[in-house]
This record gives sequence, structure tokens and C-alpha cells, in this order.
Amino acid sequence: MELKEVTKTEGTMDIQDILKPENLVYQKTKLLTDTPMHYCPGCSHGVVHKILAELIDEMGIQERSVGVAPVGCAVFAYNYIDIDWQEAAHGRAPAVATGIARVNPDAFVFTYQGDGDLASIGAAEIMHACNRGENILVVFINNGIYGMTGGQMAPTTLEGMVTATTPYGRNTDLNGYPMRITNLIAQLPGTSYVTRQAVHTAGGVRKCKRALKKAIQNVLDKKGTSFVEVVSTCNSGWKLSPVAANKWMEENMIPYYPLGDMKDSVKGEHSEN
Amino acid sequence: MGEIKLMKGNEVLAEAAIRCGCDGYFGYPITPQSEVMETLMVREPWKETGMVVLQAESEVASINMVYGAAATGKKVMTSSSSPGISLMAEGISYLAGAELPCLLVNVQRGGPGLGTIQPSQADYFQAVKGGGHGDYKLIVLAPSSVQEMNDFVDLGFELAFKYRNPAMILADGAIGQMMEKVELADYKPRWTKEEVAEKNGDWATTGKPASRKKNVITSLEMASNDMEVRNINLQAKYRKMEEEDVRYEAIQCDDAEFILVAFGTAARVCQKAVEVAREKGLKVGLLRPVTLFPFPKKIIKELARKTAGFLSVEMSAGQMVEDIKLAVYDAGSNARVDHFGRMGGIIPTPTEVVEALEDKFSWELSYGVKRSY
Repeated sequence: MELKEVTKTEGTMDIQDILKPENLVYQKTKLLTDTPMHYCPGCSHGVVHKILAELIDEMGIQERSVGVAPVGCAVFAYNYIDIDWQEAAHGRAPAVATGIARVNPDAFVFTYQGDGDLASIGAAEIMHACNRGENILVVFINNGIYGMTGGQMAPTTLEGMVTATTPYGRNTDLNGYPMRITNLIAQLPGTSYVTRQAVHTAGGVRKCKRALKKAIQNVLDKKGTSFVEVVSTCNSGWKLSPVAANKWMEENMIPYYPLGDMKDSVKGEHSEN
Repeated sequence: MGEIKLMKGNEVLAEAAIRCGCDGYFGYPITPQSEVMETLMVREPWKETGMVVLQAESEVASINMVYGAAATGKKVMTSSSSPGISLMAEGISYLAGAELPCLLVNVQRGGPGLGTIQPSQADYFQAVKGGGHGDYKLIVLAPSSVQEMNDFVDLGFELAFKYRNPAMILADGAIGQMMEKVELADYKPRWTKEEVAEKNGDWATTGKPASRKKNVITSLEMASNDMEVRNINLQAKYRKMEEEDVRYEAIQCDDAEFILVAFGTAARVCQKAVEVAREKGLKVGLLRPVTLFPFPKKIIKELARKTAGFLSVEMSAGQMVEDIKLAVYDAGSNARVDHFGRMGGIIPTPTEVVEALEDKFSWELSYGVKRSY
């Protein structure tokens, strides 16, 4: 970032200087609408929305973009990013995105899905869209819980984790095991770039933006499906303050869902992991 | 005169789709309609017209692919048979709720459950009354010949886009499997990007230029007042369909004392039954609804004022008969309405139909027809 030279009395700026356009160091991307977000304070959704809006703007692809909103907390994603959107039925976003991308090969199509949507009710749709290598981006928000319906168990809920439907903690005898679905996705030859990120620190946000930028570029280059998991907080569902939720995520979620790239190739190649 | 061929109903669906400028077909194999996708895959229309054909992983996926593609303002379709349509019910409700034009085809087989692969008309309720959740209607076209399988593809798209509503061709295994002479339509080019923008640009998610507001396709409203307004608008649209787009065929109804009401394959059987009955001296006519929704209520009301009875002939336990009864009730007529049907994949014979008519209306036939007007 280029720092502007200060011309007034050495070391000081008055308010008029600060407001001058040439002194602007950061602004909300114009693709993010002014609609107040309904997300809880501390939730990762807002940050990921911001990154996507910035990238769509910076990469100049607003006119080619069609987003597919899920059923879940991000159901209203279409209110926040100023592009064309479709609202999909629960879990069906990858099939909806397939339909859009197939008849509009020049469009940039992405789905934005939570863990219940993607890994539970939509498990078949995500597997097959990725296996076909649809030229779409999948943004997968994994917070280990169903946020919108009131904090029930998700496929990614950790062992022993308390939710509304596992009030005594997730019991693997009863509920099976937390699903690392992104690792399964990485095995599919239709995918090109598969990565797991988090946005709970400034560094994480920057890394996640780099990952999403690469994922979008891959889609534009028709390399196959790009899949970006973002390990996220749900402080309302987890019943933790935003700060405590970040800490809990670092100590519990990230060890089970380690961050980093799982696959970086082109469609048709199998993953090494 | 278009090209004339001898073809199966299912093959004709595929051919008609290519020729009418369809942009995409998404489907999943199921008997007795698998020839639709098989024919498309042999024809490879993506090389010829640019039409996309994709085999989905399930009917759940194929109907949602239709949703995504239809929401970009393009002409897209799917086809299936009864159990597959049940799987699509969720997606069809969303398509109707989001007001997306598209073409659906149900080549019906016998149910319930896995049922049979033989022809049936037992999905009338599912097609006409909703099938999925919420107050919605599909435009439902019932072909009774291979020629109509051809004609209704283009008509289905035309009506779907006229109303921004899904249209369904409700055929059955017999119409899908049988071969008949068919006059194929001439080729119409697919809509260009500019044409899509011109026709559907005010709602379709074609990608947002700086010059317009973002288009959002959804069926969701959080405020119940807003959701009621959506429903009121949908109902107004359905009433408009009833005003403007009812289609039916009335055969020898003018002097008829008894009217057979039948659609699709059952209507073909009834056409012969009318001949058999008239040879016996019975004044019988046939009313064939072509649109099952909007249902031809007006003509039934008119006929109810000069007819002793209606016999609904269906390859089901009796579904359309309820709509006939409602129309006759609305007319304030005393005409009697009864039903004759075969189930489980059996097609009734003309003789059976005439015998059923004589049996169910034996009182009227013995003591004379009591005019109801």
C-alpha cells in the first residue's frame, strides 16, 4: 500500500485532509450493498462475503457472475453482494449451479453453502458436481453446526460437541463421526483446486482472499471445480462470545480440520493425498 | 408440410426439443421414458444447435439443474416417469414459487411405489393439484398421439414463457412407447443472448450489467404480508390461464345424451367407444381435455345443461372425475357423473367402456333420459 505524503504542519492532518479522495487508504467495496447484514457479531459469513465482493469487483467479473445462495444462515447472501443471484433449495446449489454453468459457459458461477447444506442434505449433489468437474466455485462454510435452524448437529460437528440435537455431546455410536468432506472432494478428478482456510485472524483473511482469487481464476480458466472450505465460527450456536469462539475454533476445530491446500492441479488429475 | 416420419412418442419429444430451439435437457433414466435422453445423446444436438444434454445423478439433481438454467431465461426441460416426478416434487414447487418457465414431461407408469412400468394416468392429481408443497399450479398438457407429443413441446415452452410458469406434458407409457406417423416441426433457432436479454432481461440472472439492478430468483419472503401478496399474484396468474388458455376437443357432443370425458390414451380408447356405442343406438359423445390445468370447466358446465350424464374414463381409480363433478356442481346441473377406470398399467378396451356406461347409467337407459336443464 502506497502511503500518501503529508503536506500540512509536520505530522498532523486535519479532518478535511483525511476526507480527500487521494488520502483514502481503504473503503468498502462498491459490490457490497448497504443492506445491514443479519449475521451475528463475530460470525465468519460477513468476512467471507466481503472477500468475495472485493474479488468480483477487482477481477472485473460482476457482469459474468451468478451466485447461488443456500438454505441456512447465508440464505440472504443475495441481499449483500450486488450481482445476480439464485436461491436454491436446501442442498441443491451444486445442481442449480450446474444448470446455470452448462447453458451459460461464459458465466462465473459459484455456490455458497454451509455444512448442513453441503455435507448432509446436499452430499449427493456436491459429490457429483465436483466429480463432473463443473466449472464452478464452491464456497463451503464449516462451523460444525446448523446456525439458522437453531444450533442442531451437522455432519461436521466435533465428537463430544454439544448442540441442540446432541445435548450431551456428539456420541459417535449414535451419530457417527465428524465428516472431513473436503478431503473426499479432493479425491475427485473433477476438482482442480481444493483448500481449507479460516478468517479468524487478519493473516487468515489475507490467505483466504488469495485462495479464493486463485479458485475464481481457475473457474474462469475452465480448469474444473474449485472448492474452498472456510472453517468458521458460530458464536451464537456455540454459545460463546466472538473472541472465545475464535479461540475455541483454533483449539478444537482447526486440529480436526487442518488448514491448507489439499489439491492444486487441473481437472482429470487425481489428488496425491 | 414438415418432414414426416414414423417415430416413438419418446423419440419425438427429443426431436421436437432440438427443433424448437431448446437450450438444455437435464434428465435421469427411468422406464418407460428413457428413449428421450437416449435419442438426444445419439443426435448430439450440442454439435448442431448448441443445445446442452446432461445426464444428472438423480431426478432431484436434474430438476434443480432445470431451475438454475431456467433462471437464466433459457428454454430448458426435463422428462421422467412417475417415481422420478415424485423425487422432483420439491424442485417443481420451487420452480413454481420462483415463477420459472420450463418444460417438464411425465411419461406416466402405474403406481403407487415402484408400481409397474406399464402405462397409467394415476399422476393426474400430482400434476394438476400441485404435487409439491404450497399453493401452486402447473400448466398441464395431455397428448393423446405421437403428433401431439411433437406439438406440445413447442406449445409447452410458449405457455411456460407466456406465464413465467412451469408447463408439464402429462403423457403415459403407451403414448411414449408407441410408434405413429408424425409431421415434425421445422427448425427454430435457439434464442441469441440478445433475444434472451430482450425477452427475459427484467428477471433472468444473465449477469448484472452496471445499468440495471441485480436480478434475484427466489421463492422466499420472510414477512407473511409479502408472502401473501406473492400468493395472490400467483393465483391471479392461474385465473388468467383459465380465461385464456383452456384447450379441449369435443367429439360428437352436440346431440349426446351421455358424455365420455377422457384424456391421453384413455381418450383414444373412448373415441372408438363412441363409435361402438353409436352403432348400438346410444347417443354418446367424447370430451377430451387437452389442458388438464387449466381444466375445461366452461364446456363441461355447458354440456351439463343438456346431458344426462358424464362418464370419466381414466387409467386410474378416478381422479379427473372430481374436477368434472365440481364443474357440474358449479353449473347447478342434475347430470350424474360417474367413473370407470382400470389400474395397475391396464388400458381399458372400447367394449369395456361401453359396458361400463350401460351399467352405470342403466337407470337412465331403462327409464329414459331425464333432461337436467
